[in-house]
Amino acid sequence: MLYREAGQFKTSYPADQAIFPIPQDRWSLAIVLVAAFAVVPMVANNYWLVSILIPFLVFSLAALGLNILTGYAGQVSLGTGGFMAVGAFAAYNLAVRLPQLNYIVDFALAGLIAAAVGVLFGLPSLRIKGFYLAVATLAAQFFIEWLFTRVPWFTNYSSSGVITAPKMQMFGFDLSDPVSRYLITLCIVTVLTLAAKNMVRSAVGRSWMAIRDMDIAAEIIGIRPLHTKLLAFAVSSFYCGVAGALWVFFYIGAVEPQAFDINRSFQVLFMVIIGGLGSVLGSFLGAGFIVFLPIALNNAAALFGGALQADTLSHLELIIFGGLIIFFLIVEPLGLARLWQIGKEKLRLWPFPH
Amino acid sequence: MADLFFFLEVLIGGLLSGVLYSLVALGFVLIYKASGVFNFAQGAMVLLAGLTFVRLTQILGSEHPWDGMFVLALAITFAVMIALAFAVERVVLRPLVNQAQIIMFMATIGLTFFLEGAAQGVWGSQVHRLNLGVSELPIIIGDVLLPPLDLVAAAAAAAMVAGLAVFFSRTRIGRALRAVADDHQAALSVGIPLQSIWVVVWSVAGIVALFAGLVWGAKLGVQFSLTLVALKALPVLILGGFTSIPGAIIGGLIIGASEKLAEVFIGPLVGGAIENWFPYMLALVFLLFRPQGLFGEKIIKRV
Repeated sequence: MLYREAGQFKTSYPADQAIFPIPQDRWSLAIVLVAAFAVVPMVANNYWLVSILIPFLVFSLAALGLNILTGYAGQVSLGTGGFMAVGAFAAYNLAVRLPQLNYIVDFALAGLIAAAVGVLFGLPSLRIKGFYLAVATLAAQFFIEWLFTRVPWFTNYSSSGVITAPKMQMFGFDLSDPVSRYLITLCIVTVLTLAAKNMVRSAVGRSWMAIRDMDIAAEIIGIRPLHTKLLAFAVSSFYCGVAGALWVFFYIGAVEPQAFDINRSFQVLFMVIIGGLGSVLGSFLGAGFIVFLPIALNNAAALFGGALQADTLSHLELIIFGGLIIFFLIVEPLGLARLWQIGKEKLRLWPFPH
Repeated sequence: MADLFFFLEVLIGGLLSGVLYSLVALGFVLIYKASGVFNFAQGAMVLLAGLTFVRLTQILGSEHPWDGMFVLALAITFAVMIALAFAVERVVLRPLVNQAQIIMFMATIGLTFFLEGAAQGVWGSQVHRLNLGVSELPIIIGDVLLPPLDLVAAAAAAAMVAGLAVFFSRTRIGRALRAVADDHQAALSVGIPLQSIWVVVWSVAGIVALFAGLVWGAKLGVQFSLTLVALKALPVLILGGFTSIPGAIIGGLIIGASEKLAEVFIGPLVGGAIENWFPYMLALVFLLFRPQGLFGEKIIKRV
């Protein structure tokens, strides 16, 4: 009874086609946004902002990018880390070599460069499908990591191979304190999420889903596979690239190519699977889960005090992490977004059983 | 002339390490064929088997080394891998039956974390030397140096593949395995128990992993980096085709040889360490011409 469509009449097409046609959704989203933009910066301390919320937002963006490719267009990619690295290094080089550019322009250009690389490595998807494609995208992962490690131009000849983000300034304001870093990240993530949400419910998104569900059938009804698949790779890599740039500039500050190794790719893939394939909300839920879980495990372990040694502890964390992932896949293979959907259906009837 | 010998030496070295790649790839192929699961945990299984074996020999031989301890350790490790197969089937595969392949894939990545944590949690994360009793003096033929360990490993791998081939074509279980690989539904309807087949396949993959763990462990030391061997096996897989045992072998040889040749002859031109990505690029280019790999089954899709 709390959450239902019945009795909500639409009198115009725009109202019927709104992103969130139900007022309850609009209200809850508004509350979340107000909380994120206004309440969090006031109440959260630096530890929360820097070590939890900013990585959560950055990972959400990367997961959203991968979700567009894997969840909506059905192309499994293990090259996410590589595309994030392209974005990070592109943004760094733009910021260092063209300091007159605004950072927002930097990020956009970095995203576009990552998109171009994504298209390049997406080309095989026209011939290769399924796990063959997944393994083939590993080529991107390893090649990009190698390139940034071996070619010193990309790290601006830094002796350690580490890139350090320059001090953040925009329109003459200093933006290096945690609150403004958090707010900028939040703004970028919000804008890109809105764009993604609109993309997946438009003709573009429908053609992605048609390709995902059966590419041959999609081709027969007139969807161009080349165009559609490469667009999915481009958009996905754009999101991952921007996420990589945000990672360097707002989260870590200094990063080496190995930060974007294959484990990063798997991590983001986990977020997408645990959150829910083909769901924008799922990307955020999955990112939250994977970011919070290790921290929660760490804190839980701290409660037991020094009874365990550090390396035993890290092994135990691996065991619990792996076990929980299997557990979640068994309980809800369609991800947390599906749980949310079930919850909404329950709310529709509540408090009645049928 | 010296150039030619050097070339030969690199080539043979590559082929020999290729045999070892194909060993790991074989584990993938077995499981993929029988259950359609892309088992990423194969690398972790290699680590688990190698660590279990090496620690058992250390514990058994802590008083004084005796002859039977290797055999006993081997037997116990066998038992561990078979127990693991039972556990995986019961806890992971059975609840996830009929799920999308990507879900199964992610579950095996979860399993990878679990096994890595468990293996190192129980046995410690130090590097252990493993001595299989093979002399380390290279055998010299002409001007070509050959490491004996690799030769022994290659011979043993060949024996293992032959054994598997006999197992698959001559035994009752082998026939059942091939039936399951062909068609799950049809296999079930003629009364082949899918679940016990999975246990058998995972056990065989576990034994292959044990073998790979021993050989790689003797080469690199038994340690965490053994799990990375799995990443080496992936290009072998796509080159050879996910469903083909000969494909895994030949793919392994091609990848091993071309990787070493590229590292030695092209590597210096572009800054070295191209071993990590060269096999993938090779496999990728190759796939553009044959999307199902060398011996993979052609995927025919009907609308």
